[in-house]
Amino acid sequence: MSAPETAIRKTLADANLQLAIYNNTGRFKENRRRAVAPDQLPEYEDLRTRAAAIKRHTLSFLDVYLLQLESAVEDSGGKVIWASTGEEAADFIVKLAKEREANLIVKSKSMTSEEIHLNDRLAHHELEAVETDLGEYILQLAGQRPFHIVAPAIHMTRNDVADIFTEKLGIEHDTVIENQAMTARRVLREKFLSAGIGITGANFLLADSGAVVIVENEGNARLTHSAPKVHVAIAGIEKVIPRARDLAVFLDLLGRSASGQALTSYTSIVTGPRRQGELDGPEEFYLVLLDAGRTKLLADPEQRESLQCIRCGACLNACPVYRKIGGHNYPWVYSGPIGKVITPSFQGKEKDTWLPFASSLCGACAEVCPVKIDIPGLLLKLRKELVTANPADRSAFQVWAWLMRRPGMYALAARIGRSLMGFNIGPLAAWRSERDLPAAPRKSFRELWKERKK
Amino acid sequence: MESRDVIMERVRAALGRKLGQKPLPPPEPLLRVSHQSPAAKLARFELRFLGTVTVVADWTFVAAAVEKLLDGKTAVASGHPYLRACGIAEVTGVSANPEDLRNGCATAGVGITSAYCLLAETGTIVLRASPEEPRLVSLLPPVHIAVVPQDRLLTNLDEMLSMTPRPVDADSSAMVLITGPSRTGDIEQFLVRGVHGPGEVHVVIVQGKTPPL
Repeated sequence: MSAPETAIRKTLADANLQLAIYNNTGRFKENRRRAVAPDQLPEYEDLRTRAAAIKRHTLSFLDVYLLQLESAVEDSGGKVIWASTGEEAADFIVKLAKEREANLIVKSKSMTSEEIHLNDRLAHHELEAVETDLGEYILQLAGQRPFHIVAPAIHMTRNDVADIFTEKLGIEHDTVIENQAMTARRVLREKFLSAGIGITGANFLLADSGAVVIVENEGNARLTHSAPKVHVAIAGIEKVIPRARDLAVFLDLLGRSASGQALTSYTSIVTGPRRQGELDGPEEFYLVLLDAGRTKLLADPEQRESLQCIRCGACLNACPVYRKIGGHNYPWVYSGPIGKVITPSFQGKEKDTWLPFASSLCGACAEVCPVKIDIPGLLLKLRKELVTANPADRSAFQVWAWLMRRPGMYALAARIGRSLMGFNIGPLAAWRSERDLPAAPRKSFRELWKERKK
Repeated sequence: MESRDVIMERVRAALGRKLGQKPLPPPEPLLRVSHQSPAAKLARFELRFLGTVTVVADWTFVAAAVEKLLDGKTAVASGHPYLRACGIAEVTGVSANPEDLRNGCATAGVGITSAYCLLAETGTIVLRASPEEPRLVSLLPPVHIAVVPQDRLLTNLDEMLSMTPRPVDADSSAMVLITGPSRTGDIEQFLVRGVHGPGEVHVVIVQGKTPPL
């Protein structure tokens, strides 16, 4: 068995974990369904179409919008840092932290920073970067990566959290969830008020205002961008949208698709350092724009639309595969259907070649996607590329094509195939270990047809 | 070559575009603005807001309403002229626009602000950072009270965006939409309020004439 297969079997055999994934994703899924239903949001389909069109448009003219964004950020007194790799992004933050003598950094949830392993890189330079989203904080203490792009710790129970807090914070074992949340509030509040730098991600970047938009429920992102003297926002270049007014479309979709909320508790639209006379807010603002593989996707006309993703997580909750195997069995930080689509382009298509095939192509992901990414279609294209690149697969399909053009040979091969259906030999045995075949009919369709015509 | 040029070159190459080539105009967003009567908006806001809504007939009742909400707790109030005009600074326990704002917010039981506007459809308080309306007053204390004149009650986000196409600009570094209390469901999707921001939010909506500023 391959390594992923062993891990997946372990997940499938863990009854508690199965229940946690099933319940959590199920609740998200149901909340989303209700929030976008016609009685709640009659314009839902129109909004999706517009969101997809605006994203597609922005990506087609990304060069223009990035420059517009940059000049708007600079107009508001901030600075744009361009990072072609994750390493460059981390190097900038390390240098900034050293210069500002900021050894403590608070962070709000950012998949982009997970993607470039920012915390590890900062720790390497003896900088303490503390995750402040409750789920992310628990995971950081436990040394795990997010299980889900929106709800990172859905695989954990209150007992797990109590164990982790006792071990890492040295506090008494307490399984009351309210108390656990208040412990996090107490510990992290101190960090917010003493940190020198706050790092956030971005849900959207507004080209016309040079602003970063951050959507959250806890308030940790607000604290991160408002309490420390320096705010660094890190975002992929694909996060830009043309105008603040476009939020009318995207905010209507993001919260509803992610958790069924019309608006999450907090939506922050921020840019630049505090303005003249403002009594709080950061004194310095940096926007780190990250490529790290995004231009590769942009250059691939078959896969470009995956850059439209707004990371709502709806496809994870809808996916029958994700709902069984969970987030940690995917090879990269982005899990679920969208992870399956973007991982090969970012990490190399020759790696984890099983990934695009681990799907039934049921289409549930595309159905719930608020920006209409055709995930099953993209998976099929990836499969095609992999099959064409693999000599064994290619010859198998060549043989198939040859047979299909020769009815006599096809009939013969079908007869042989039918007689083999009862046996478990060679590669067939492995394939059949997971699947039941119907009993082989005595006669083929073609034979029956011939008889009837008589 | 600098990373900026590297990335910009990659982007242009990926799109087959040349430096300086003009874009097409972007597709229009959908702005759903329906004008409703003040009474309808108020009813909607009261229904949707995840906290208490106190409606007072005019500004002279504000201080008493706030005092009742404070229930003996200490409070920090922003320096917003509307709050001052409503006499918030004179309410017992309120420290208005304190010298040490950060510490004042970190230790107060309640933070009192006004608001840029309210959104009826989602029960949202919209704050815009300014010298009079700092960010931390509505964020650090465990309770937030917003005192807002009823004419600032809008139908929805779309109306706000069509009214304010630039939420942040040369005068303001931040706009925050606050829809209910701070909450988390990160442990077993069990709802806990007040995990980082205020766990309780109250709005006082003020009808009648504006107070003498």
